[in-house]
Amino acid sequence: MTETFPRIEPLGEAALLVRFAPALDDDANRACVAFRAALEADPVPGVAETASSLGSVLVRVEGDPVTVASELRGRLAAEDWARVPPPPRRVWAIPCSYGGADGPQLAEAAGLAGMSIEAAVEALSSARIRVLALGFAPGMPYLGILPEAWDLPRQTGLTPKVPEGALVVAVRQLVLFGTAAPTGWRQVGRTAFGCFRPERTRPIALAPGDEVTFPVVAPDELRARAEADTEGHGGATCEVLR
Amino acid sequence: MMEVLSCGPLVTVQDDGRPGHLSQGLARGGAADTLARLEARALLGEIGAGIEMPGTPLQVALRVPALVALTGAPMRAETDGRRLAWNAVHALPVDSVLDLRPSGRGAYSYLHVEGGFDTVEIMGSRAAHLIAGIGTPLAAGDTLSCAASRGTDRTVEPVRRFGGGVLRVVPTPQTALFPEAERARFEGTIFRRDPRGNRQGVRLAFDGAGFATEGQLNLLSDFILPGDVQMTGDGVPYILGPECQTTGGYPRIGTVIGADLPRALQAMPGDELTFRFVTLDEARAAAHRRPAAAPLVRAPAEVADLGAMQLVSGVVSARMEDE
Repeated sequence: MTETFPRIEPLGEAALLVRFAPALDDDANRACVAFRAALEADPVPGVAETASSLGSVLVRVEGDPVTVASELRGRLAAEDWARVPPPPRRVWAIPCSYGGADGPQLAEAAGLAGMSIEAAVEALSSARIRVLALGFAPGMPYLGILPEAWDLPRQTGLTPKVPEGALVVAVRQLVLFGTAAPTGWRQVGRTAFGCFRPERTRPIALAPGDEVTFPVVAPDELRARAEADTEGHGGATCEVLR
Repeated sequence: MMEVLSCGPLVTVQDDGRPGHLSQGLARGGAADTLARLEARALLGEIGAGIEMPGTPLQVALRVPALVALTGAPMRAETDGRRLAWNAVHALPVDSVLDLRPSGRGAYSYLHVEGGFDTVEIMGSRAAHLIAGIGTPLAAGDTLSCAASRGTDRTVEPVRRFGGGVLRVVPTPQTALFPEAERARFEGTIFRRDPRGNRQGVRLAFDGAGFATEGQLNLLSDFILPGDVQMTGDGVPYILGPECQTTGGYPRIGTVIGADLPRALQAMPGDELTFRFVTLDEARAAAHRRPAAAPLVRAPAEVADLGAMQLVSGVVSARMEDE
């Protein structure tokens, strides 16, 4: 079975799914973010909600799905969505304490990536990566795409529990846990970033397309900065890029 | 105002949920049985946020006179020794104590008052979404603000949806990854609702091998929606509920249509469920409309009958036996 991309398919009765690629791909993800931003900026009549994931855009329809699908096809064809300049986004620096009790699998992950612990911390803390999608728990980001060396397999067994704020790595991506949960990814560090705080003005901090770095801080500095951050962003800073 | 006197686990405030946050990884949530909300609307008009009971008891006291609608999975409802009909709205006087106990028939029951409960709104909804960390279950001593309301008792004919049955499904973008023979076996299998299930999803038990896609697939995580029938790694299906995750990597063999999702979520452990593929047009045509409410007449015979049934545990109403 061969499939061509991008393609539009129904997702249940009330949504359409625009898929840009069958596998993880940076261009396809950029296309998702840009295409969705364009739909938000110039809404298609009959569309109730749009969302982007790793490789697709969901379009929830309240009007006639046939008309909406036809309009989407026209818009898809009008641009090379992977080449469209990214929409306004935030650039975040989220302090991270690497290794030790905060990153119990740093040495193992570094070994699998073929580098020393120091080189691994240098690589992870300097990488400026994008929020590819939010999911699993509300506001919890999948970030990437990391260089080839980080194409680590998931563990065969699960780590029974990583804490909220854990930074874990696998398959050329980092995930920052929004909640304490079991995982097959390896924990290399810990942040105090609250992905989701219902009481905050902006309950979900990150958005797909945002750019993120994880600069190194010492364990006690991480906690001190988190303590001082009344917004629950764990001492992170951000600026808006237009 | 309404006061919770006693309360079983996981009783929550629910409304139609908070749509619009799929891109942020937050599912819409809201009442598990959307038909119960439709029936409550038929009885009350504006219903705002109500209370959902997942097979757990609730005792409340009304501090204002209120129109109270009872819909969803039938419960034994009593107020000050008087038995109340289910699928009905009752005008209850101030200081009424309402006692609701599960009947074992159906998973989710609902209590609504006219205008709804004025609890804290978070991101545009009052619905608890416990998996996401929004809201908390109700507990004894909680008070829920609501306006006084008056009117006449009325009843509504409920859509039949308890005890399992046929669930219509539409194909998903992954349906074709399952070989035709597997899809046919899926439609031919009698599943049972497994005891493992909650607002996130319901596991199904069945005899035979797991349902597998062709070859070893490593699917890119993609959007999932309530109603999706997700096959986990060992090929066991889960029907996803209102608090499901927003994306997932397991293949979905089909999506239960909106009209039948209440039947799926109201199934009790052991109830039999089967699936039948339909077209999108059939799915859309099956959408339920708001039913009409009728005056509630309490015939003397009915009252006597209700009195007798209090002696028999688990039986609620003779009318529901054919559902």
